[in-house]
Amino acid sequence: MLQLNHLVKTYATQKAVDDISFSVKKGCIFGLLGPNGAGKSSLLRMVTGITMPDSGDIIFNNEPFVLSKHSELIGYMPEERGLYKKMKINEQAMYLAQLKGLSKSEAHAKINYWFKRLNMQNWENKKVEDLSKGMSQKLQFVLTVVHDPKLLILDEPFSGLDPLNSEIIKNEIFELAKNGSTIIFSTHRMEQVEEICEEIILINKGKSILQGDVKSIKEQFKLNHYKLEINNDLIGYDQHIVSKNGNEYILHFNNQHEVNAVLNYCIQQEIKITSFQEILPSLNEIFISQVEGSAARQFSNN
Amino acid sequence: MNKTWLIIKREYWTRVKKKTFLITTLFLPILVAGLIALVSYLAAKSEQKQFIIIQDESGFFINKVDSTDEFYTTIYSQPNINESKKDFLERNNADILVRIFPFKNNQPDSVIIYKEGGVSLSAKSFISNELDKIYQVKQMQDAGINMIQIDSINNSTMGIKSYDLENNKETSSEIAMAMGYGMGFLMYIIIFIYGAGVMRGVMEEKTNRIAEVIISSVKPFQLMMGKILGIGLVGLTQFIIWLSLMGFMFLISLIVSPEMNAAMHSPVLQNPEMQEEALKQMNGEFNPMIQTLLHQNWGFIIGAFLFYFLGGYFIYAAMFAAVGSLVNEDPQEAQQLTLPVSLPIIFGIIILQATIKDPNSPLAVFGSLFPLTSPIVMLGRIPYGVPTWQIISSMLLLMGGFVLMTWISAKIYRTGILMYGKKPTFKEIIKWVKNS
Repeated sequence: MLQLNHLVKTYATQKAVDDISFSVKKGCIFGLLGPNGAGKSSLLRMVTGITMPDSGDIIFNNEPFVLSKHSELIGYMPEERGLYKKMKINEQAMYLAQLKGLSKSEAHAKINYWFKRLNMQNWENKKVEDLSKGMSQKLQFVLTVVHDPKLLILDEPFSGLDPLNSEIIKNEIFELAKNGSTIIFSTHRMEQVEEICEEIILINKGKSILQGDVKSIKEQFKLNHYKLEINNDLIGYDQHIVSKNGNEYILHFNNQHEVNAVLNYCIQQEIKITSFQEILPSLNEIFISQVEGSAARQFSNN
Repeated sequence: MNKTWLIIKREYWTRVKKKTFLITTLFLPILVAGLIALVSYLAAKSEQKQFIIIQDESGFFINKVDSTDEFYTTIYSQPNINESKKDFLERNNADILVRIFPFKNNQPDSVIIYKEGGVSLSAKSFISNELDKIYQVKQMQDAGINMIQIDSINNSTMGIKSYDLENNKETSSEIAMAMGYGMGFLMYIIIFIYGAGVMRGVMEEKTNRIAEVIISSVKPFQLMMGKILGIGLVGLTQFIIWLSLMGFMFLISLIVSPEMNAAMHSPVLQNPEMQEEALKQMNGEFNPMIQTLLHQNWGFIIGAFLFYFLGGYFIYAAMFAAVGSLVNEDPQEAQQLTLPVSLPIIFGIIILQATIKDPNSPLAVFGSLFPLTSPIVMLGRIPYGVPTWQIISSMLLLMGGFVLMTWISAKIYRTGILMYGKKPTFKEIIKWVKNS
């Protein structure tokens, strides 16, 4: 669906995007992660055709990306929301939908559909300046998806939304992906990524530091820690104990054999196991360790 | 192109539908007319009739000063013994005292004007003119010239007329000057109002961050041109409304004013021969003005005005758009950045002043050819007549300048509209133009 090859973009003296490559499959929800100033927005601007890469190329649907040809297939919601404050909502929606190539009647039908779907029918004659932040956020989302884009690029789509509206938008994103839209989702809020994305790329200072699908990344970074909760003391396995909090142990095992040995021991001693689970690192932890790590690496390189 | 059209439509309709558009379009002419009326009313009111007492000790000027003057009434009187000048004026309820001292050796000695708070220039020149005239008559009489000859001397003026060499028709320099200045100044106002409108529009899109949404659908150039064209159309609309309002008012005045009506339907105007006769009878000074107005090539003037209106607007609108794209959120920044754009406009107005005085001076020719000043300066020259080659080269240069400016501005705009934070330096801006 979308393939980025060795993209580079330099502003003045700073390399905003430094040799980044990744590809996104059709219908996938792809997370673009990175701390503030990592180059996420610069990268997205190239994918949307707003700016051109200094080098590298973008392949869209197996052909080189051309804005005039592909802009109608892309929906872009920038991080800093943009709407005309003084324009009426329905006029604004019609305008932006037509700019994306819809005819007047198509635009009208689509806007009605989305307004009804997200309970926005009675907003039409309001102006943007009369809307609350959450409301204009919702409107911005509708304006991004109104032309059924095949590739949807959302930069921090949940910022400023209350939990209820976040949930609504999240479900719409899932629905769109199910119907075949490809979604690139940029954020620095990891819990959302874990919930929504199948694949991610983590960038920092313009460079890719980690990419792949969420599950295997977690596997790759797991510390082989397990949590065991029992109603008795665990004796004879001190070399595995990382920490102990009452009857709750954090244990470290090097292989499945060691895991089984401990469990066997508990069963034989008739110790009651309340819970036992593998601790996978959260993306948040991976994110922090990787970003700090890359900073440290850069520091030591200097 | 279709999308540019959508942008033009939005820029046009959001502005035209606004209440402020209606208000400025309808009330600005009323406001301007009202202001002119107020100023002339106040000016007239301040020129109250002044009461002058002439204390003529020479005995020579008594009852000779013009008593029919609009602004000055004169009486001849003497103060009582021991009466101060102030009391004397107050007793007679007068404003000005003119004391003419006795002649010495048949020659005037001196004249002193007294007034509380000082004498105004116009009062002084009225008195000086009157006294000079009377004394000149006396001198001529003394030289033995009889009264009939003196009257004829005093009333003779050289009737100077001006003719245009090209069509051998009589012209009025006053009308040409008024037209030239009027059109040049109108251009100046248009460029500032609508150019600044473009700049504000661009700033709004940038600070609202909607620019980013839109240029993921269209090219930055389309967005910029759509805005420039849309606002240009708003200007044209406003203009057409003003013109029609003026025409409408003229018609109304014809219908309402019975004199005008009678004049229009009088046999004099109906009959061409009599009309000519009537024109000949008209005041000699008034005639060339009408002649100049009538014999202007109005088709050409309106055509030229439209051309320079569009050319001047486009060239500056592109520059203003580029400036708007550089501004972040600080209005002060906008002011600083506007300066390089406003300077040529102000130069244009300065050259216009010189042009009105001498329409064919090298400075005027340069100003009417240079694309950044030609919209203002050329319009000032046109009523005087301009050589064809100059008009054609000026128009070509303006078109070329417009293309070049738009090209440069588009490059600045396209980078500037996405840049937030620090104000770019001039060096960086040049780099954007070179590199992109």
